[in-house]
Amino acid sequence: MSVSRKKGIDYWLPKLVVSPTLVIALVFFYGFVLWTTFISFTNSSFLPSYDFVGFDQYVRLFMNPRWLNAMWNLVVFGVLFIGICMVVGLVMAILLDQNIRAEGAIRTIYLYPMALSFIVTGTVWKWLLNPTVGIEKFVISLGWDSFIFDWIIDPDMAIYTVVIAGVWQASGFVMAIFLAGLRGIDTSIIKAAQLDGANLFAVYTRIIIPSMRPVFFSAFIMLAHIAIKSFDLVIALTGGGPGNSTDVPAIFMYQFSFQRGQLGIGAASAVIMLMTVLAILVPYLYSELRTPKNG
Amino acid sequence: MMFKKTLIAMAMGSTLAVTAQAGEVEVLHWWTSGGEARSIAVLKEMVEDAGHTWTDFAVAGGGGENAYTVLRSRAVSGNPPAAAQIKGLEIQEWGDLGFLASLDEVADENNWDENLPSVVADVMKHDGEYVAAPVNVHRVNWMWANPAVFEDAGVEIPTSLDELWAAAEELKAAGVTPIAHGGQPWQDATTFESIVLAVGGAEFFNDVFVEMDQAALESDTMVEAFEEFRKVNDYIDRGAPGRDWNVATSMVIRGEAAMQFMGDWAKGEFTAANMTPGEDYICAAFPGTEEAFTFNIDSLAMFKQRTAANAEAQLKMAELVLSPSFQETFNLNKGSIPVRTDLDMSKFDDCALASMETFKSTSASGEGLVPSMAHGMSTTSTIQGAIYDTVTEFFNSDMSAEDGATRLARAVRAAQ
Repeated sequence: MSVSRKKGIDYWLPKLVVSPTLVIALVFFYGFVLWTTFISFTNSSFLPSYDFVGFDQYVRLFMNPRWLNAMWNLVVFGVLFIGICMVVGLVMAILLDQNIRAEGAIRTIYLYPMALSFIVTGTVWKWLLNPTVGIEKFVISLGWDSFIFDWIIDPDMAIYTVVIAGVWQASGFVMAIFLAGLRGIDTSIIKAAQLDGANLFAVYTRIIIPSMRPVFFSAFIMLAHIAIKSFDLVIALTGGGPGNSTDVPAIFMYQFSFQRGQLGIGAASAVIMLMTVLAILVPYLYSELRTPKNG
Repeated sequence: MMFKKTLIAMAMGSTLAVTAQAGEVEVLHWWTSGGEARSIAVLKEMVEDAGHTWTDFAVAGGGGENAYTVLRSRAVSGNPPAAAQIKGLEIQEWGDLGFLASLDEVADENNWDENLPSVVADVMKHDGEYVAAPVNVHRVNWMWANPAVFEDAGVEIPTSLDELWAAAEELKAAGVTPIAHGGQPWQDATTFESIVLAVGGAEFFNDVFVEMDQAALESDTMVEAFEEFRKVNDYIDRGAPGRDWNVATSMVIRGEAAMQFMGDWAKGEFTAANMTPGEDYICAAFPGTEEAFTFNIDSLAMFKQRTAANAEAQLKMAELVLSPSFQETFNLNKGSIPVRTDLDMSKFDDCALASMETFKSTSASGEGLVPSMAHGMSTTSTIQGAIYDTVTEFFNSDMSAEDGATRLARAVRAAQ
């Protein structure tokens, strides 16, 4: 009797504990995704309305040069940010993996930027990159009078300063992920390869890196969502400027929905952002998650 | 048990009966910084002295976006506050949705029509009825100058655009930053609208930023305004992009820059630095706009209330907002001028007096008093945003002035 009652609790307790989270996720995530999609097909201005206008808001969105610029910036930022973070993170992880002294201390130093919020990172880099107070002024004061480093005030180059600040913040974290992946590889495989006469470079490129595929996968997922959601870093670093040159979709969405009373167009931009994430993640998830079955 | 419940019900009933005499006003605002908070506390006291309850509903953050988000959700759920800090064309948007209460009873009793310039009254009215009470008037087309810097360079304070560029050239040669500017879209737009006013005059300003006349937006005058605006680029420093307005003001205070184009909220920064107007710093109209006044008015829009007592308290508050004593105290704290033109101005400083003089003369003649585009007085936030985008895009690229005017006209048309 008592045994069956205990089973009952065992059976129900996990479900009971998880259910509030499930309900919250269903309502506040999936529910609002549906509601936002719904709003994007209405002519909502600064209050939600329920007059359907079909794809009008999407047409207006893609007629807006600022939105196209924001999407392009996202592509530039996303590709460079994810790519550079992966490369820098991997190189740092491999170098740290060489049984060096004080590894713990160095690892912590590299990882520390991740402990800061993007607002802090953005503000610090804003000052560093500002030509009148930052790096440029410092180098000039050292005597190199013709030194110029003014990307942050150049509309064509400002988006790359966002990449610099983003990479500085996130590559230490990527390094930690890769380091964990490196440590998880069976050392006997490496020893076998070395016995077969493989040099260190070949061991890394032929054995270690290919076997870290799942680690690349998780690093990519994490970096991709940081890139697409990027808002706070850009706001703190450039405020979307100079002009609108570092505008990203998240800033566009926020401004149109909450500052300019155009909920419809804001919702449409949010839906497009979601579609972008899905367009990247779904094929990737599909290809990554089915490999273990085949292999 | 039963008896207890009855007691509670009776107690509650009696409290309700008592409060029914005196109403409650809930005021949503974001006057949360030092001087502003002190200013609004004065209104709170006055409302409480009149026997009503004041519920402060301050939502800090942003330029009021957080407050607006709260207001929208409250209004949609049918429970709006009595009054909210809403300004310009947004009053009309809320009025169109039928949320706002008429203040005509108080307005008639207190002769608002006579005491307020008609341009100001128009902003406060929806369908001919007062729905909002104006709190203060800011003048936007100001130039804040550091006279010591001008003297050192041997330059006079400019009074026309031509003089401005000549002076800027000499100041630049003397090694100071002529114009302290913050490269944020709203600051770009603030400077741009003053230049449009200087180039085209008040009537043209009205055509483009109030009437949104397509022909005027693409006209040669507009092209000329863009050309003049382009010249600002030559006289700002390289650190300008993204700079906050008050940091730009401090450049003028420290003498690193000669002048700044900004509304009269900049005065607070000079006052905080213990500077005297006319001696340590100079407030002059933006060159070429002496006879004009770009206004930016803060106001409290009144929402329809559910109970008669609250509506009564709301009317009382609207009356108090326009009362001479509140207008004086609030504006002395805030750095702006009263909306009423019939007040004793003896306690105000020179800049405020100059501002008031132009405000009076322009409102009396009906010429030159124009609503600020950059501060949401002349357009909806949608069109304002479209103008911001074009202006800041122009300022931060090498777009030609002709393209600027065409793009502006197109952006406005798309946003309408």
